[in-house]
Amino acid sequence: MPAADPAFPTTAVPDEVAPAAPGVAAAAPTPATSGTAAWLRLLRSEMRLMLSRRRNQAGLGVLAAIPVVMAIAVKIANPSDQHQGESFLSSIIGNGYFVALAALVVEIGLFLPLAVAMLSGDALAGEAQIGTLRGLLVVPVARARLLVTKYVALVLGSFLGVLVVAVAGLVAGGVLFGLHPVATLSGTTLALPVALWRLLLVVLYVTAFLAALSALGLFVSTLTEQPLGATVAVAIISTTMWILDTIPQLAWLHPWLLVDKQVALADMLRDPVYWPSMRLGLLTDLAYVVVFLLAAWARFADKDVSG
Amino acid sequence: MTPALATAGLTKRFGSQTAVDGIDLEVPSGAVYGFLGPNGSGKTTTIRMALGLVRPTAGTVTLLGRPMPGDLREVLPRVGALVEGPAFHPYLSGRANLARLDAADRYADPRTARRRIDGALDRVGLLHAATKRYRAYSLGMRQRLGIAAALLVPREMLVLDEPTNGLDPQGTREVRQLIASLGTEGVTIVVSSHLLSEVEQVCTHLGVMRTGRLVAQGRADELRASRQTSVRLATPDVTAAAAVMERLGLTGVTSAGESVTAVLGDVASEHLVATLVGAGVAVRELVVNRARLEDLFIELTGEGFDAGR
Repeated sequence: MPAADPAFPTTAVPDEVAPAAPGVAAAAPTPATSGTAAWLRLLRSEMRLMLSRRRNQAGLGVLAAIPVVMAIAVKIANPSDQHQGESFLSSIIGNGYFVALAALVVEIGLFLPLAVAMLSGDALAGEAQIGTLRGLLVVPVARARLLVTKYVALVLGSFLGVLVVAVAGLVAGGVLFGLHPVATLSGTTLALPVALWRLLLVVLYVTAFLAALSALGLFVSTLTEQPLGATVAVAIISTTMWILDTIPQLAWLHPWLLVDKQVALADMLRDPVYWPSMRLGLLTDLAYVVVFLLAAWARFADKDVSG
Repeated sequence: MTPALATAGLTKRFGSQTAVDGIDLEVPSGAVYGFLGPNGSGKTTTIRMALGLVRPTAGTVTLLGRPMPGDLREVLPRVGALVEGPAFHPYLSGRANLARLDAADRYADPRTARRRIDGALDRVGLLHAATKRYRAYSLGMRQRLGIAAALLVPREMLVLDEPTNGLDPQGTREVRQLIASLGTEGVTIVVSSHLLSEVEQVCTHLGVMRTGRLVAQGRADELRASRQTSVRLATPDVTAAAAVMERLGLTGVTSAGESVTAVLGDVASEHLVATLVGAGVAVRELVVNRARLEDLFIELTGEGFDAGR
């Protein structure tokens, strides 16, 4: 076995090895960098882990493919088949801008929640299953710090997913139909830069929904050591909420569903922006974030890590 | 001297099953402590409790003079650990896996990360495979990467759970040499194994677990001395042989059929043979049973290696 690099002392110098006198604990090591810098380093590592995973790269590819497929489908369809109506899809033929919006509306129901479900399955259940969770905890990473880092990474990953859909939609729509000033649902016209700004707000609104779903996902991820189980559970919960939300007889339940106010993102295309539904949507998101992050902490803080 | 690791009445119950049953472990500072016991005897659960991964049902853990898991954030940066075999992300390289653990350490200096990571890889002989994906590592390489993870920063103590599990004899010897060299540098090391022979030579202290209980603990040489060297002689002249042995001062002389057994004590075996022959005793066969820790281990753990569940 090669000898140790002399410049790299693997062990503490003997002075430090001497045990502390009873009752007087040896000084804890001092951080080399500030707490924030150290936390950002962990977050960067977390993001790199998430993005270097082939499956996640493929997932991003699928998210980006949907708007491209939609744009091509509309382009090659017979123009006489185009339905006139209020939907974004029908507006695509006149303005590529609407590819991005139509794709977000389509993907918010299944593809984006599924992406969140996969990432949250990996977050804790995945690390528990392959055993890397115990490695992190004995480094040590404080459990609260790990939970917060995992959550922030999920939110950033969600944002990236939504952004990829919007950008792919703009690119595909721009190439096939061109980007023009946008006619709002209120009948006015928005200059393209203003419309792009509105699109960014839509992206953030959808991200807020996924952030709430991520909190739920992180909680589920603390319950099991089976990442696939956590993923399936989150996908089922999300899909069930979308289904329940379409049943009029359950109107009393709708305000409690996370998904109820999500299609309100179309209100961003009114002039001026119509906020009440989206405000309610954001409050629902926030309630889900608070409840499920607390539940995740309650579960994870004392959990025996024996996997 | 404050022990590096001490437990008092440490107990863990999973449902109705008691995995660890009130053990009082004491690992002196600077020791290389062999933590032995058959699979399923509670070693790993004890280690998990010592490192704050699992909460004890009862009892206390004091690690480097501080209570665990209360002072976990102050204590664990001074302890390197490999718990229940290596665990890494299969699609990351060995180096990237270590970089991830280093990034998680709020006390580690990011400016020296590359040098420390490669230093740790070098120390376990994995530098040549640094860019290879963990998935492609052999079991021995995986174990060594696990040890490298414990060596990323200078440590006062190392806890290595089954570091030789699955290694070939060459790999086992390398890990043993690494433990020995770290031990001479003053690092306190707890090394667990279900195979005594793999760690016996490097340990200054031993603790033996059996079905959740600590059945022996102490300095390795003292434990070894507690078992005496015996001798078994095959001869047709049983009575004469027993008389010679008693005259030489051997104890516990017992004869059965055509063999005599006795505890050798301080008597040299060649002196015994010469005296027997000189006294006209026909020596057909003489077997000396040296005090082997292995036998003590089997005695202590009862049924043998993989029993005890």
